[in-house]
Amino acid sequence: MSNPTLLKVSGVNKTFGAVTAASDINVSVLKGECIGLIGTNGAGKTTFVNMVTGYLKPDTGVILFEGNDITSLPSREITRLGICRSFQIPQLYNTLTALENIEVSYGIVSLSAHKESLFTKTESIIPGYGKNIRQLAEESLERFGLTAYRDKLTRVLPGGVRKLLDIAMAMAVKPKILMLDEPTSGVSSEEKFDIMQMVMKAIRKDGTTVLFVEHDMEIVSQHAERVLAFYEGEIIADDVPEVALNDAKVLKYIVGDKHSSSVSTGKQHA
Amino acid sequence: MTEQISLKKLTLLALPLLVASPWMPQWMLFMVTIAMANGLVGLGLMLFLRAGLVSFGQALYFCVGAYTTGLLSHFFKFNEVLILLLFSALVSGILAFALGFLLAKYRAIFFGLLSLAFSMILYGLLAKSEALGSTDGFNIPAVTLMGWLPPSDLVRVSILWVAFITVGICLIFINGLIRSPRGLLLTAIRDNEIRTEYMGGSARKTIHLIYVIAGVLAGLGGAIAAIAVGHIDPTMAFWTTSGEFIFITILGGIGSVLAPFLGALVFGIIHTLAFSNSPNTWQLLIGSTLIFVILLLPDGLWSLTSKFKRVK
Repeated sequence: MSNPTLLKVSGVNKTFGAVTAASDINVSVLKGECIGLIGTNGAGKTTFVNMVTGYLKPDTGVILFEGNDITSLPSREITRLGICRSFQIPQLYNTLTALENIEVSYGIVSLSAHKESLFTKTESIIPGYGKNIRQLAEESLERFGLTAYRDKLTRVLPGGVRKLLDIAMAMAVKPKILMLDEPTSGVSSEEKFDIMQMVMKAIRKDGTTVLFVEHDMEIVSQHAERVLAFYEGEIIADDVPEVALNDAKVLKYIVGDKHSSSVSTGKQHA
Repeated sequence: MTEQISLKKLTLLALPLLVASPWMPQWMLFMVTIAMANGLVGLGLMLFLRAGLVSFGQALYFCVGAYTTGLLSHFFKFNEVLILLLFSALVSGILAFALGFLLAKYRAIFFGLLSLAFSMILYGLLAKSEALGSTDGFNIPAVTLMGWLPPSDLVRVSILWVAFITVGICLIFINGLIRSPRGLLLTAIRDNEIRTEYMGGSARKTIHLIYVIAGVLAGLGGAIAAIAVGHIDPTMAFWTTSGEFIFITILGGIGSVLAPFLGALVFGIIHTLAFSNSPNTWQLLIGSTLIFVILLLPDGLWSLTSKFKRVK
């Protein structure tokens, strides 16, 4: 029996003036899947993420999450339902330390879990988590290999560490779907394979469904079980990596013919 | 992060002042009472600063609190101090709740100027209202404390005690709020509102909440000031009054819930000394102090306490 459908995007369109960012997008995401979103800059990947997470409202179409219409919901409501995201440019609390950043994230979770009570103490156990904010934050730092940066202000952290912290914060809400927007962009080529390995290990442990935007086809073929290829706002391929990355249109518009051989052997690096 | 205070620490700080109060000179009793009233407004502003906002219009609620007390005692003959404080807080809170729906949508300079606009509207209305004494305002009769009318030599002491108890209750409340996840949310909104929304936190709801709390605190401050001075007039809503509250908050800093009260006390001392020694140029000294604090103590006077702790 196949996994249930978590997310169903039907007939979604979005234009910005004369630019079509999404054209008749139809996608179903099953529970537990790990999907790579590929495409050139401006192909519509981030617009897709922005629409699913509530930052942008589609012009037409419907987005269902666990059968509920989330098309017009604000981002915070969508997060509370179970879809969270990380950002291409890490969105951190720059005057705070790495630990405090994660504490704030769990603080927001605690507030929702305690039904917005005014006087819940930060030391209180968060219902459904079994631990308090500090314990969870320390655990999260360890899980993402960030303990060494615990007391450092986030504004002085290197790019790769900021990316990890951004993802660790998104994981605080225990999302059912996590959307990663270019998790390895701005990270050196030596670091990005290790970072992606660590991220996937940390987030897939809980069976979280993952959609990640990525330009490196080697990373896509290593980690994705399915690939959605975007071109000029349309999905031109939706299949397993071996098929999608060798699709004629994908090779022509996204991957480039010269990369086809490395794509097919990408799994060997995993 | 803001330093936490315990009930024990609070009692230890307040007790010597309360015990000494019957022997304090009248001018000092008055100055400390007004500092407590101003500090309450500063406490609300501290919440705004933690969320990255500045209100240039807290005098609105200060004035509403004062006029609620004035109207109840002058026109309706309610002289019980507890009722006056309760109603002043309530009316200020209701007004803040209503205006909060609009204010919570705005950030940065728009939030500040919109709050200023509302306070100036109230100033204009009161200044034109002959029934409420126009720009002269009106006097407030003596108040009772649970039915007891203090003799003239104990009036200032009793008002100071009322101010202390009110401040104590507010401090415990705000300290609890800052210690809660809601307190963390204020810092989150200041640093990155988009991220906060994407974590499931509602910036607008939180700002609306602190707007109401700050309104209640300012209303209480206005009521205490009205009772202590025995007179109210529209300048309580004027923009310069809001400016003084911002001055107090910057002077004290946001390092502790006690900081606005330290700021208010130091402001009271500087104001009293400057005014008595140089009545025409006292603003010069106030302005110089602000420049001095911003340049040398950007985190306010309260940051000196952590410097002393490090030296120890």
